[in-house]
Amino acid sequence: MNELVIKAGKAERHYWADLWRFRELFFFLSWRDILVRYKQTVIGVLWAVLKPLLTTMVFMVVFSKLAKMPTEGMPPAVFIYVAMLPWQFFSSALAEASNSLIANANMISKIYFPRLVIPASAVIVCFVDFLISTVILAGLLAWYHDWPSARVLWLPLFTALAFLASFGISLWLAALNVKYRDFRYIIPFIVQFGLFVSPVGFSSATVREKCGDLAGQLYALNPMVGVINAFRWALGSNAPFDPTALLLSVLVTLGLLFSGLKYFRATEKAFADII
Amino acid sequence: MDDFAIKVEGLGKKYLLQHQATGRRYTALRDVLTEKAKALFGGQKSATGNRKSVEEFWALKDVSFEIKPGEVMGIIGRNGAGKSTLLKLLSRITEPSTGEIRLRGRVASLLEVGTGFHPELTGRENIFLNGAVLGMHRAEIRSKFDEIVAFAEVEKFLDTPVKRYSSGMYVRLAFAVAAHLEPEILIVDEVLAVGDMEFQKKCLGKMEQVSGKGGRTVLFVSHNMDLISKLCSRAILLHAGEIETAGAVEQVTREYITNSGKLSNKFTAANETRALRWLTLDQDALIQGRLIIKIGYRFSSKVVNPTFGIVIYTEGGSPIFGSNTLYHPPTVRPVDGQEGEATVTFEVLPLWSGRYSISVWLSDGWSPIEHQESAVVFNFVSIHTPLNAPSPKYVGPVHLPANWTINK
Repeated sequence: MNELVIKAGKAERHYWADLWRFRELFFFLSWRDILVRYKQTVIGVLWAVLKPLLTTMVFMVVFSKLAKMPTEGMPPAVFIYVAMLPWQFFSSALAEASNSLIANANMISKIYFPRLVIPASAVIVCFVDFLISTVILAGLLAWYHDWPSARVLWLPLFTALAFLASFGISLWLAALNVKYRDFRYIIPFIVQFGLFVSPVGFSSATVREKCGDLAGQLYALNPMVGVINAFRWALGSNAPFDPTALLLSVLVTLGLLFSGLKYFRATEKAFADII
Repeated sequence: MDDFAIKVEGLGKKYLLQHQATGRRYTALRDVLTEKAKALFGGQKSATGNRKSVEEFWALKDVSFEIKPGEVMGIIGRNGAGKSTLLKLLSRITEPSTGEIRLRGRVASLLEVGTGFHPELTGRENIFLNGAVLGMHRAEIRSKFDEIVAFAEVEKFLDTPVKRYSSGMYVRLAFAVAAHLEPEILIVDEVLAVGDMEFQKKCLGKMEQVSGKGGRTVLFVSHNMDLISKLCSRAILLHAGEIETAGAVEQVTREYITNSGKLSNKFTAANETRALRWLTLDQDALIQGRLIIKIGYRFSSKVVNPTFGIVIYTEGGSPIFGSNTLYHPPTVRPVDGQEGEATVTFEVLPLWSGRYSISVWLSDGWSPIEHQESAVVFNFVSIHTPLNAPSPKYVGPVHLPANWTINK
């Protein structure tokens, strides 16, 4: 018979096996959050589409019509919407995941399961919204007769990068939020601020032009810069592909992900005691 | 052979209590940052000064026991004795500070019914969700679905969001899911205290079925001694985080019930100036259904007309009866400036089984001098209370002899 040994400071021995064992819980939690998300709303899942669409329209007016920012040879709507997609995913994942542990405090203090399941399922829920809003992207491309080249096949890979970046930062924020409730106030700020620090309404090529090459590359320390550039590149932007910036973003993403995992694992044992 | 389902050795759980006057529950980043800054610029002083206000508290200390497969073990103890902490450690919600636990077999813990229930979801959806939370597989839930619904009696409302359920329906559904769990080791906190009488009986039956015929190892925490002695074969009595007694259930529950002796010793005066020195309850008399209370006194200042009084309260705090030296004057009166012992005896204790408290006061015959609320809290087991009788909370705490005759 399999024996489980619980010892002081030795809780993590079965961790990855447990994570696998609790995959159904993970599935059910994601399913619950997706179900609940648009319950008792009139337009339901349309909200997932409406948010990026409306923001895109406002950005088109501000950045393309008023500020006349270059759009790397793409139709302005496509140019902005392509960036808005990963950005919306990233920002909503951050907001949802960072709050997820506290929202499920009751479960955490009453039931054992790998706590990683909770922020992960929060990110998945946002990912579903992301997938729904890509349908609109296809519609936009069709509208502008802007057929993407074979580069579009890279998109899943870049989506994975966006996912890992969101997940990594979410882990940090979720774990920190349990202990320091200050993060509840920091996150909306990060999200608001980030929208203008990331090249959503403008091209990162513009940043390089105006601030020099070094600044342009340092700009890629923001992992969303690499992701957004890559998304635009995959959908036919004429800006030159910048491998250094992408590599930098990938490295930052991986760094955030692994340190996030490590921090989360180190603190999760105490979640039930401090939440 | 070393045959066990649960083996616990030297288990301890330490919490750090922060004594800060701020009264804030969560650590704020601001505080941490200012502390760090102070430590940086102000040398070590502030850091050590802060550390002093953190106190170690052992919620559980050096607990060891072993449970054989198929055994049903009860855990009893007063509030704060460490029962919940023990369950949390066994169900892996928190990590132990010392010692180790060995568990053989699939463990399910029920510290609460309805964990993970979402008010927006329908009954059907919540059954699946809650099942998953409790560690059931989808196929398992599906195969028991009809049984769960029938047990909870919510067939008509399966597709209604549970936020529209009555609280009774909600609890029944939650318990029904939990009751159909089939682990090898089951850890249960007082979750049976749900629903109406009818449903409680049903839950009890289910519990008996699970523990008796199911052959499962069960760890069961409750305040209800009747339940514990009915369901369990062995029991552990926890006191202040340590095992006080372990053994056959009759012995341990008896110890727990008469253990109020410990509590009565608990009342000793806080300082030397108090006139009411101590108060004890005669345990042997209590078992026989009599109430004998001894009050130790010492008058250090002048008391004109020393008068003692006691009042018995229900657990909820309503006075039931009392006596004092004005109502029932003693033959010898206490004299000022002396110490001594005042004893009050009730030859009959007309109460149903339950928990009661005694308060004691001293007056000068006119206005109170000293007063001690809940000086003693005791459990009383009336020989007249049958098992499964309605709780005294429905009929009142007082037991009067009565006769029923039936004419056919």
